[in-house]
Amino acid sequence: MGAIIRAEHLTQIYGQGMPDASTAIDDLSFEIEEGDFVGLIGSTGSGKSTLINHFNGILKPTSGKLYIDGQDMWADPKQIRKFRFLVGLVFQYPEYQLFEETVEKDIAYGPINMGLSEQEIRERVKQAAELCEIDAEMLKKSPFDLSGGQKRRVAIAGVIAMRPRVLVLDEPAAGLDPEGRDNILSQIKAYHKETGTTVVLVSHSMEDIAKYADKVIVMNQSKIKMYDTTEKVFARAEELLQMGLSVPQVTKIFLKLREMGINVPANVYTIPYAVKTILAHQAEKKGEIV
Amino acid sequence: MIRDITIGQHFPGNSLVHRLDPRMKIILTIGYIVLLFLAANPAGLLLSGLLLVILYRSSNIPLKLIGKSLKPIFPIIVFTVVLNLFFVTGQSQPLVEFGFIKIYSEGIRYAILMGARIVLLIAGTSLLTYTTSPISLTDAIERLLSPLAKLHCSVHELAMVMTIALRFIPTLIEETDKIMNAQKARGAQLDSGTLQQRMKAMVPILIPLFVSAFRRADELAMAMECRCYRGGEGRTRLKQLRLTSKDWICFVVCVAAFAAIWLTNFAFQSL
Repeated sequence: MGAIIRAEHLTQIYGQGMPDASTAIDDLSFEIEEGDFVGLIGSTGSGKSTLINHFNGILKPTSGKLYIDGQDMWADPKQIRKFRFLVGLVFQYPEYQLFEETVEKDIAYGPINMGLSEQEIRERVKQAAELCEIDAEMLKKSPFDLSGGQKRRVAIAGVIAMRPRVLVLDEPAAGLDPEGRDNILSQIKAYHKETGTTVVLVSHSMEDIAKYADKVIVMNQSKIKMYDTTEKVFARAEELLQMGLSVPQVTKIFLKLREMGINVPANVYTIPYAVKTILAHQAEKKGEIV
Repeated sequence: MIRDITIGQHFPGNSLVHRLDPRMKIILTIGYIVLLFLAANPAGLLLSGLLLVILYRSSNIPLKLIGKSLKPIFPIIVFTVVLNLFFVTGQSQPLVEFGFIKIYSEGIRYAILMGARIVLLIAGTSLLTYTTSPISLTDAIERLLSPLAKLHCSVHELAMVMTIALRFIPTLIEETDKIMNAQKARGAQLDSGTLQQRMKAMVPILIPLFVSAFRRADELAMAMECRCYRGGEGRTRLKQLRLTSKDWICFVVCVAAFAAIWLTNFAFQSL
């Protein structure tokens, strides 16, 4: 499959020409393949949010080009809405954007803006609600009567209902309890698997990235420092730590084991793989003894 | 972008203008506004502008910021200028006559003067808010209005309301920006369509904004209660306002400058 998002020398400078001008992202060139689940990590102020705002055409690049599905996004600024429907963006704390009388109407807001037929809208709302585990009873409620986690799911459903080819989520699990966290992220993963939608997930939790992402983009000081498979990125633990980032707990343990002189691989980043590795290591050891 | 609105934003610094007693700054700003309307000739306004440039320079505030703070009221300036241009009549022959439109030289003169006045008015009052933090500004207002407390006006509460309102302007602007982006991402069309369509498109922005403003107000009230806020009675201040010799020197210098500018009225009466 081809690249759904392609950036060429993408640069964004805030307040250009002012004494306090700051470069938020600096000369980024990369591609995101269609169907990938990409994690985006980087410390606060590294340019992640700016970058994802570009994916959706909220910001216009100071210089450089961004291609969505092969088309130059800013070739005609009047057509920018077309790209907003291609790339669905879920902002941080999206629950604050809810406004309609009922959850159902709120989810329908995006599809209505797309100018779809009533039946199509109804169908999409139903499907998006199902994906986000919003039941029929909740659909009739006011979004302001829901709990924080429920509101979050409604907001995400509102974007999913637009059926974007790329779904970009800025810390969708921030501020939720562990169960809510897992729920939302695994729903997104399931949605990704089912529909083949490209997903870009911004997160500060290395555990979440390790668990869900296939590839990881690491940003630091307005630049992309790494862009590789999750395994290869987390194998470079030292560099990540230098950037003020971290690696999953389990990777830390394995790095410690290696320091202690035990021969285990450094690129372990999920629990199941860790279990497998340890079992293999033990089997090897037993073999040595025998 | 909406966040470019800079009215009421403070630019910290350590210049003389920054360090001046806020009460003195408010009084001088009021004096400056009065001066702008007293100065009835181009020379006076030019000098007022020059004075302001000097003050901006000495307080290290970039002059570019004036342009920024003027942006939101630009339509008002245009409106005033156009109105003066077309509706001020003079004794002499009209310079341009086109149907019912007659432009007199007096009209041009008034249009320029009024335009310049508004620009200087905004720039002058902006200097006050650029160099004074909202907190000390309301402190000063509270102190200046304190005689009214004797008339059973709740001056302290009023000042507190103002402090909070000022404090939340940038927050709410940021919030508006966020909500607008979120709705744009969902395909909202904010800058096209008929007036009715545009007003309808504002609903998805205004509702979340109000909801969050009320939520913030609630949280703030709670936080204030938690810290035992109980109004102005017996409340002492962290920063005592004290007029020092430098305040009085500035006062004298500024008043002298104002007076000099005002006197140009008589010197250049022919203009």
